[in-house]
Amino acid sequence: MKNCYIARSPMVAARQLGGEMVIMSAADSTLFTLNEVASLIWKSADGATPLWEIVNGKVCAEFDVDPEIALADAERLVGELADHGLLLLTNEPARPSPVGAERSL
Amino acid sequence: MTTALMQELNARALELGVPFSAHLDVTYRCNERCVHCYLDHDDHGEMTLSELKNLLDQLAEAGVFFLTLSGGEVLMRMDFFDILRYARELRFNVKMKTNAFMVREKEADLIRELGVQSVQISIYSHRPEIHDGITKLPGSLKRSVAAIRLLKSRGVNVTMANVLMRQNLHDYAGVRALAKELCVEVTTDPTITPKMDGDRGVLGLGIRDSQLNGIFHDSQFVGNVDEFCAQPAALDDAALDGLPCSAGHTYCYISPYGDVYPCVQFPLACGNVRKEKFLDIWRHSKQINEVRSIRARDLPTCSACTHLGSCTRCPGLAFMEGNMRGPSSLDCEKSFARTGIPSANMLARMASKAAIHDSAAHPSSFSSLIQITTART
Repeated sequence: MKNCYIARSPMVAARQLGGEMVIMSAADSTLFTLNEVASLIWKSADGATPLWEIVNGKVCAEFDVDPEIALADAERLVGELADHGLLLLTNEPARPSPVGAERSL
Repeated sequence: MTTALMQELNARALELGVPFSAHLDVTYRCNERCVHCYLDHDDHGEMTLSELKNLLDQLAEAGVFFLTLSGGEVLMRMDFFDILRYARELRFNVKMKTNAFMVREKEADLIRELGVQSVQISIYSHRPEIHDGITKLPGSLKRSVAAIRLLKSRGVNVTMANVLMRQNLHDYAGVRALAKELCVEVTTDPTITPKMDGDRGVLGLGIRDSQLNGIFHDSQFVGNVDEFCAQPAALDDAALDGLPCSAGHTYCYISPYGDVYPCVQFPLACGNVRKEKFLDIWRHSKQINEVRSIRARDLPTCSACTHLGSCTRCPGLAFMEGNMRGPSSLDCEKSFARTGIPSANMLARMASKAAIHDSAAHPSSFSSLIQITTART
């Protein structure tokens, strides 16, 4: 997954509630909550930044964690989120979504 | 949806003071003229697209996750899909309420493409003469059902909302069969609410007494009748310290004119987003804080009512009856229809009538009512 790019699916809803990210899939109404580290990866999933860069530049910068372990954990997390249709994984930067440019808060 | 997780999230939103859900009516205009509707359909100055975008920014910042876009008929606004697209860019979980008369292929495609969580469509009857008679729009059932098929074929979650009144009382089984055929969920509700301007004339369309009793004891309507019509549990501190509902706590309503209310069914104006920031209204409005301060034990009549723990009492309907801390008679009727036990409010009213009309001639009738109150509370 060295050149893995991650993008939030346009079919999900998401909102920060306290320290957690609440996410719901429009496809099957499944509800998820992400902890602080997973929320940081989610918020950084712009489709243009490779996963390793998110882990090195954001996760390791904010949390005291070994980069290799952090990357392995992150790969497992994005795999699970992709299985649920919440994240889109590509080997190259993603195309714009039909929803339009996501607005940051 | 995971109920336990939802409860946990709502509890956290309550603790954090976050409006987790909001209902935004983007217009009161409508192409139907439903006989029971509580709205004035004239446009008295709807928020513009730019105002709505600004409001959506504020709602997202405040933490709103579940957003219901409704009306009126939302598609009466030519810019509705601009509003919807913006809401989805802000990652709201959007539920859309519509009569779907104007949903054709293009609209169904857009609704799917924009990731709307669910679409609720009003269906009053499976029979065109009844449905169209209620909506006053010929051909409306045919068009709404065709729209449901279009949306379903695109994988959109659709729910039918079946409001029951005298005109369609006997059609809910037919509506359920239609829902089954279309593979959609259906919710049935016998609540007719007064008009926003306080006019209670439409309440005459509502079903009452033996009819209400009949549907509440029909397993097709309520599922498990024994469970639905169970005798109320004894009152305890948890019930007395409970919140009446989420209105003003984790939920609010905003009109097309920017007025903020605790709920769509609770016309207590708390502020206007054209004059103040949404979060200032949510946090500091005197009215919304008064609503927030009320616990079940503060309700003068209902806190002593045997139904308190299981009643569907709506504080908004109580407000429309004259007192947000008072009973909601429509819900008293429902509790009575379910269990056969009169509410404290019903007993008080009966006692009051007895006192006025009969106390001199029949003193025993008054005391017998008091005895019932004592036995049930």
